[in-house]
Amino acid sequence: MSAFTEDMLKSMANVERTRASRMGATIERFSAEEKEELLKEFHPDYSEKGFKVLEVGPNKGEKVPVELAALLEGKSIVADAKIDLEKIDYDVDVLIIGAGGAGAAAAIEAKKAGANVMIVTKLRMGDANTMMAEGGIQAADKANDSPAQHYLDAFGGGHYKNIPELLEQLVVNGPLAIDWLSKLGVMFDKEADGTMVTTHGGGTSRKRMHACADYSGAEIMRVVRDEVVNLGVPVLEFSPAVELLKDETGRIAGAILLDYDSQEFQVVKAKTVIMATGGAGRLHYQGFPTSNHYGATADGLIMAYRAGAPLIYADAIQYHPTGVAYPAQIYGALVTEKVRSIGAQLVNSDGEIFMHPLETRDVAAASIIRECKARGKGVKALDGVALWLDTPLIEMLHGEGTIAKRIPGMLRMYLKFGIDIRKEPILIFPTLHYQNGGILIDSKAESKLPGLFVAGEAVGGIHGTNRLMGNSLLDIIVFGRIAGTEAAKAAKEISVGKLNMDHVAAFEAELKAAGIAEGESSPKLLPVYTHGREAR
Amino acid sequence: MEEMVTVFLLGKKYSVPATLTIMDAMEYAGHKLIRGVGCRSGFCGACAVIYRIKGKNEIKVCLSCQTKVEEGMCVGRIESFPINKRTFNIEEIKADDNIVGQLYPEIYGCVGCNACTKGCPQGLNVMQYIAMAQRGEYEKAAHASFDCVGCNICASRCPAQISHSAVGLLCRRLTGKYIAPKCEHLATRVAEIENGDYEILLDKLKKMPLDEIKDLYNKREIEK
Repeated sequence: MSAFTEDMLKSMANVERTRASRMGATIERFSAEEKEELLKEFHPDYSEKGFKVLEVGPNKGEKVPVELAALLEGKSIVADAKIDLEKIDYDVDVLIIGAGGAGAAAAIEAKKAGANVMIVTKLRMGDANTMMAEGGIQAADKANDSPAQHYLDAFGGGHYKNIPELLEQLVVNGPLAIDWLSKLGVMFDKEADGTMVTTHGGGTSRKRMHACADYSGAEIMRVVRDEVVNLGVPVLEFSPAVELLKDETGRIAGAILLDYDSQEFQVVKAKTVIMATGGAGRLHYQGFPTSNHYGATADGLIMAYRAGAPLIYADAIQYHPTGVAYPAQIYGALVTEKVRSIGAQLVNSDGEIFMHPLETRDVAAASIIRECKARGKGVKALDGVALWLDTPLIEMLHGEGTIAKRIPGMLRMYLKFGIDIRKEPILIFPTLHYQNGGILIDSKAESKLPGLFVAGEAVGGIHGTNRLMGNSLLDIIVFGRIAGTEAAKAAKEISVGKLNMDHVAAFEAELKAAGIAEGESSPKLLPVYTHGREAR
Repeated sequence: MEEMVTVFLLGKKYSVPATLTIMDAMEYAGHKLIRGVGCRSGFCGACAVIYRIKGKNEIKVCLSCQTKVEEGMCVGRIESFPINKRTFNIEEIKADDNIVGQLYPEIYGCVGCNACTKGCPQGLNVMQYIAMAQRGEYEKAAHASFDCVGCNICASRCPAQISHSAVGLLCRRLTGKYIAPKCEHLATRVAEIENGDYEILLDKLKKMPLDEIKDLYNKREIEK
């Protein structure tokens, strides 16, 4: 019995009927004008009701998603708490908040630079979007490529909004990051002679996507996590940071933690702080499903904003064009772009190809939404509509066994639910995937607040308003390493004064003055799911 | 009317929709999860659970985010099963000298029961990769263990008290660093960058007027 419904199977017959004729067929990429029009009309970032203009804080007057605004202008978790800042629970040189790829990379470098470093995290070390990144990591390390070519691809893909100094760091440190990871023991896909197996990603002009099968992020994460343990860096799990602390000079000087077990607050004094808290998918902007891990609730943005750090491009959200639309158990999960890199085509309900499979993510998402909503060529799936991703095409192009070898994670994920992607195409629809914007930093990964460094998805500006596939696994390593090195260096020069969190009360007063009613408790820390319990 | 099933979550009876995963059923029942939850996509290994169907003897183990509820399921949790990871200096160890056997001598206590393999939610042949590690075939063990998510269900089932996920990880790190062929084009590019070869070109791009760089982008040649 097929896992698909009868209506789905009817449409699937169209996909099968046209498959042979589509094989090897090429379709023109959209022109610059077509792309612009498509985005304006169909990308969720252009929806007016999805955004709110901020009324307080460093980005006052700028729009952000309503769900993020509610937290940025929310009520601090510690607002009503009595916390004795003289009672220091932990005193370190470098405090790292967040234990994904960026936090771990930062910890390794900070420790090597001689700092007394501690990691605190909300869940476990490695519970992070890094672990779930499937497709790969970009780096210009082949003869026909160069960091300059990589710069051009990322700059155009980012709509020319990337901060040049940050993008330069990303591309020039790319090959160094691959080298660093290789020397830690990451198993990249290689030919027998050591040549890296590299492919295209959406928007790349050279094949520079390195991969570790389709466990690229997981492979990187488990290696850097192992190294953090080997180096003896203390990791405090289930202890989210909830507010930053300053000293009387105004420097960032530590954080307040919430111990999840005792529900008590703890005080960390630190010479420098690295914010590596990741993304925001679990805020479910505009009701979209997400490919993000359970803890992706933008906590770092909230804490930093309240302390006075400006954000950049917080209104630019990346919807991954191919999220799982069916079956329900994996709704919103990611179908890696690599599936298209190695030959699967996007096909509508009539079995027609309607776009080049490797457009940039924002354009691809908008094009899929148009095909479903404006052209009525979607397939009904769960509560919405979806399109086909024709996976069997991969093995027609590259031979039997290709799927098991190149995208084993995808094969396994679907097999669990009775779908063999070697034989049947799959249903996809855009899913909330990445926060393009975040906290503004300089080329040394330091925010506008002295003493606060930022790395990973919490950073804004590196990718402009649209990140290319494979550039985030790269940025967590590149900027994680920079943040670790620079935070350790800065810590050597600093002695911390008396701790305070006056900025929290000051922000609250600003909210009152702006007439904003007492909002929801923030940061959010974790989403709440009930799966329709109330409706029964 | 939606199909419902009866399940026993941490001992308490609930009626939940049949389409839910075990993890979703926990939330449907009212648990606010902090432990035993991570990526919710089968990559992180945070959510291992143990269950049996009421009245049946067989014990099963799985990832709760990847497994649908079934009628009569009695679910307990085994997240954060303790393993014994050894620390090492990756720069100082070598891929020979039986390093894995030295750090993890308990692998030789394997009794061949294959409980590890039977429990693996990733379908890995765990016992086989432990045997490869015993024989010093680290590269083979690295590939055979590659899809491990570190849920440690295998370790929870093992009478020889082996920490399988840590053994696999060590084999993979040895393979990535020492056994896999060296990449020449990477070494060349790293040397060029350290020599500052791309500074002038990048500086030019950074300062290029918007129209000019747009033109360059739109006309760039794309590798076939």
